[in-house]
Amino acid sequence: MVNLTINGKKISVPEGTTILDAAKKGHIRIPHLCYLKDINDIGACRVCVVEVEGLERLVTACNNVVEEGMVINTDSPLARRVRRMNVKLLLSQHDSNCTLCYRSGNCSLQTLANDLGLRDTLYEKELTLERWNRRFPLIRNANKCIKCMRCIQICDKVQTMNVWDVSNTGGRTTVDVSDNKEIEETNCALCGQCITHCPVGALSERDDVQKVVDALSDDSKVVIVQVAPAVRSAWAEDLGLSSEKATVKRMVAALKSIGFDYVFDTTFTADLTIMEEGSEFLAKLKNAENEKFPLFTSCCPGWVRFIKYEYPEYVGQLSSAKSPQQMFGAITKTYFAEKMGIDPANIFNVSIMPCTAKKYECGVSELQDAGFGPDVDVVLTTRELARLIRAEHIVVEDIPEEEFDSPLGTGSGAGVIFGATGGVMEAALRSVYYIVKGENPDPDMFKSVRGLDGWKEASVVLDGAEVKVAIASGLGNTRKLMDALKRGEVDYHFVEIMAYPGGCAGGGGQPIHDGVEMAGERGQYLYGLDKIDDLRFSHENPEVLQCYKEYFGEPLSDKAHHLLHTDQGRWNLKIEGQ
Amino acid sequence: MSRLTIITESRAEQTVESIYKDIERRIVASPPGLCPIDLLASFLKMTHAQSCGKCVPCRVGLGKLENMLDLVLDGNADEQTLELIEETAKAVYYSSDCAIGWESANMVLKGLNGFREDFISHINSGRCTFELNQPVPCRSLCPAGVDVPGYIALVHEGRYADAIRLIRKDNPFPLVCGLICEHPCERRCRRTMIDFPVNIRGLKRYAAEHAGDVPVPENGPATGKKVAIVGGGPSGLSAAYYLALMGHEVEVFELRKQLGGMLRYGIPNYRLPRKMLQDEIDVILSTGVKAHTGVEIGKDISLGELKKQFDAVYIAIGAQVDRKLNIEGIDADGIYSAVEILRDIGDDIYPDFTGKNVSVIGGGNVAMDVARTAIRANADKVSVLYRRRQDDMTALEEEVEAAIAEGCEIYDLFAPAKIEKHDDGSIKSVLIQPQIIGEIKGGRPSPNKADKELVEIPTDILIIAVGQGIESKEFEKYGVSVQEGVIASMATAEVRGLGGFYAGGDCVSGPATVIRAIAAGKVAAANIDAYLGFNHLISSDVVVPEARLVDRTPCGRVNMKEKPVHERIDNYDLAELGMSEEEALQESSRCLRCDHFGYGIFKGGRTVQW
Repeated sequence: MVNLTINGKKISVPEGTTILDAAKKGHIRIPHLCYLKDINDIGACRVCVVEVEGLERLVTACNNVVEEGMVINTDSPLARRVRRMNVKLLLSQHDSNCTLCYRSGNCSLQTLANDLGLRDTLYEKELTLERWNRRFPLIRNANKCIKCMRCIQICDKVQTMNVWDVSNTGGRTTVDVSDNKEIEETNCALCGQCITHCPVGALSERDDVQKVVDALSDDSKVVIVQVAPAVRSAWAEDLGLSSEKATVKRMVAALKSIGFDYVFDTTFTADLTIMEEGSEFLAKLKNAENEKFPLFTSCCPGWVRFIKYEYPEYVGQLSSAKSPQQMFGAITKTYFAEKMGIDPANIFNVSIMPCTAKKYECGVSELQDAGFGPDVDVVLTTRELARLIRAEHIVVEDIPEEEFDSPLGTGSGAGVIFGATGGVMEAALRSVYYIVKGENPDPDMFKSVRGLDGWKEASVVLDGAEVKVAIASGLGNTRKLMDALKRGEVDYHFVEIMAYPGGCAGGGGQPIHDGVEMAGERGQYLYGLDKIDDLRFSHENPEVLQCYKEYFGEPLSDKAHHLLHTDQGRWNLKIEGQ
Repeated sequence: MSRLTIITESRAEQTVESIYKDIERRIVASPPGLCPIDLLASFLKMTHAQSCGKCVPCRVGLGKLENMLDLVLDGNADEQTLELIEETAKAVYYSSDCAIGWESANMVLKGLNGFREDFISHINSGRCTFELNQPVPCRSLCPAGVDVPGYIALVHEGRYADAIRLIRKDNPFPLVCGLICEHPCERRCRRTMIDFPVNIRGLKRYAAEHAGDVPVPENGPATGKKVAIVGGGPSGLSAAYYLALMGHEVEVFELRKQLGGMLRYGIPNYRLPRKMLQDEIDVILSTGVKAHTGVEIGKDISLGELKKQFDAVYIAIGAQVDRKLNIEGIDADGIYSAVEILRDIGDDIYPDFTGKNVSVIGGGNVAMDVARTAIRANADKVSVLYRRRQDDMTALEEEVEAAIAEGCEIYDLFAPAKIEKHDDGSIKSVLIQPQIIGEIKGGRPSPNKADKELVEIPTDILIIAVGQGIESKEFEKYGVSVQEGVIASMATAEVRGLGGFYAGGDCVSGPATVIRAIAAGKVAAANIDAYLGFNHLISSDVVVPEARLVDRTPCGRVNMKEKPVHERIDNYDLAELGMSEEEALQESSRCLRCDHFGYGIFKGGRTVQW
């Protein structure tokens, strides 16, 4: 243990503890801005500077460790003055038009400047030239960027995509797309982790809220909304609702108040995905000698972009099943329209996703099979949903709960856990087990695939044969798995990948809480919903069964192939509509 | 009323003088990888401040150039701006009255010529095309990428064995390099901004000398692959070391009687004692590397046979063929090449120059090595003949100084013209032609024949040290491509068009430094491993101490000292003295830990494995 004094308080911490953590232990808060634990501890903003007795210059608390006998003053007149000055320097190059910024109220710079009581900036405002393709799903606003470098770090260290880098040197140093490329030219998977780890409003999704508002006010449109499983775990975080109030049914009620004609659940097509993908997997197993393993899940468009860019030789092994979002889009404009007697040309499909890559996926022309434009017209992130609810001035805490609409509103607990890493695999195993054995397993039989480990493995014995599965979340972990596969160090039959650490629950479209990773907690919420659900098997979803009976016949039928599957090798990575 | 006054510097002038010194050092320590236009713009601001303001082009024109460079940097310029910059710079260059103006403009013109694409990139995309990484200077300037701040921190804590382990991750010759590395790591040491570069080599030597026996890491599981290394010098042995650690079976084929290459057959004992060299070679061999000495490629075994017996071959034969001097009388008896002399010494055959006048032609490190060897071989007089000025010698300054201190006479600005012989055909003297230093070509001033008479230097032994080449015939026969006297291999060390063959070190670069040879061996090892279908990573489990929080107040650099001249000139024992513990502690505390403070903590600070 190392003994030191901070602000007169004696503190004892293990060797190697940073000054910041030591202070925290003594309930002393040192303000900081660029710091992000384990990811960005580079001391760039110089806000967490403290005075150490015996040293002439200040040191950063976030990345320097305590030494025996240190006497630290975190709030000395010098430290206070310098800290305030550094924030003023940042503000001189920051577009502080907070009224127009989507992060207002959830911005670390704004909070810091307020906390420090800054009322003027002293310096002349210097803004820079903006160059960005505003149609790209990922938007960067150079004048909001405070060069904390977090986006670079998260993309390099966690996602290993190296999309961002430092550009220029000296006073013109900034963050930009790496290798002097334009964003469209990179291998960006659109995972959005840079957005969720940005302390300010420099990075965001393309805001598509207005498109939805326009559709809602067009009387000729039947506006349908589907809500992804993971959204229900986070939809109210930006609305300040208590967890008792933030129920799925209240989310449905909010959507109905907004004016959507039908509020459906993507969990329905998650179950449908299990039927299709599970059948595909079993067919593959039966024909094992002629097939290449593993089969990869294909529901995560960030992962699909990743494999197409980074491991194209494996694209043929992606499940041909479309993602639940795209299945949903195709079904509403065919089966549902037919059933309800709606002209599919009038259907406007909105989906609420925890994800930024979904904005790209809905634009892929090869995924538009219903024949009426894009199967899904607009994708909003969970954050945009909260903004839409706010824009509509809905008092969410007061509205009574409502049910999803039928016939595409029922989902099983297995479909709900699609939103957490391992969830797709668990849901698939539940149904595959049933199909092979003719009886349901204990629904919790495969819970070993749960949890936040980046790369998980499990094996299941089906019909005397061992089926080896693996699950990875986060692209860095995925790369490790793919490289090991490539080198022949591991082999699996079925692999689930989600581009975000922790799965969709930690998606790039989810609400932002600076410095807090929420994927675990949100995943737990989804597992909780599964646990209390009466319906825990995709193959028992009555609406799914009805849909097969009335429309598709059976999994992998011709009709299913046409609407629910795709040729993964055929579609490109261009962002449509540019 | 006094007619004259004594000029004294005012406080302001003194301060400016000291800032000039600061800036000089700052430029020396300028980090690699900065935006050249940003630098140009700031230099221009400085040179403009030097203008007296009398003349239009300099007073006004330089300011206009500054403004236009800012437009470029801010992304507000277009093609016309670029043209106007060029026109303006030319006008200032051609019409300025004094060098303050025309040299400023010349700097801009140089930039337009030297990094025009960067101007275009700033104009088109608002970004710099330059390789913008600002890694830790010492680490990035070390060809082998040795973790300098890491091992200096370990030295400071007295963890010498850990320092050696950490160095060996990138360089299996810590002791050799501690003694004779040319230390490019020190060139841009950030400490220079405060006072002087850290004595990195000296600290490495201290670690190596105080670490005791440090065993090598365990080899990886055997891969069943075999790699042949042709040449047992620093490059070949480095490759052998890493390949063995990766689990490959490695055999070294060396032409000479003993391993070490130029470390043994090129560098004299008083700089690199054989015993220390052998100890370090033995460490490398302890990984299980097999060595065959006295094997000549083409005679004892052919490249084709090697390829048959091994899965990959690394050619690291060095550059050990002496370059000849073509002057009248060069066929006289008593003329030797530096290579011959040093090669014999490598096998412990020492010359005896008692009573002889020895002359050495050349100005590189090898010339100094043979000159200082001649002193130790008891020569009456040792003269070093060099066509340029002493300042222009390529030998390390401390080597030249040591040679002079030991009694070598430097005849600079003299070109050898003719050799006079005795009747028996032996050398009598060297006639040297005085030179005048002249125009600067390729950054170096060139010597021209001066209008002076020849000077005669009585000489019994003449040693030629004017560069080396490679012996490549046997390799060319097999299809190894040789261009401009060196083996043509790629940056990956692959020999073009010959799968499984790699080459590196002096035989590729021409005579260079030990550390570059080691670096080539490291590159070859990594790429041979990949070629064999593996991805073994070399790492070290040594944890580098946290950066200490101390004020880095200015402090002198501990320089290396040599033994007093009279104690060193009659023997071949190591001449340089190591640091004391007190000195090592102080010197290691001078390191600024650029791996932790500054950009290093963000990017490029540490490569944990390769």
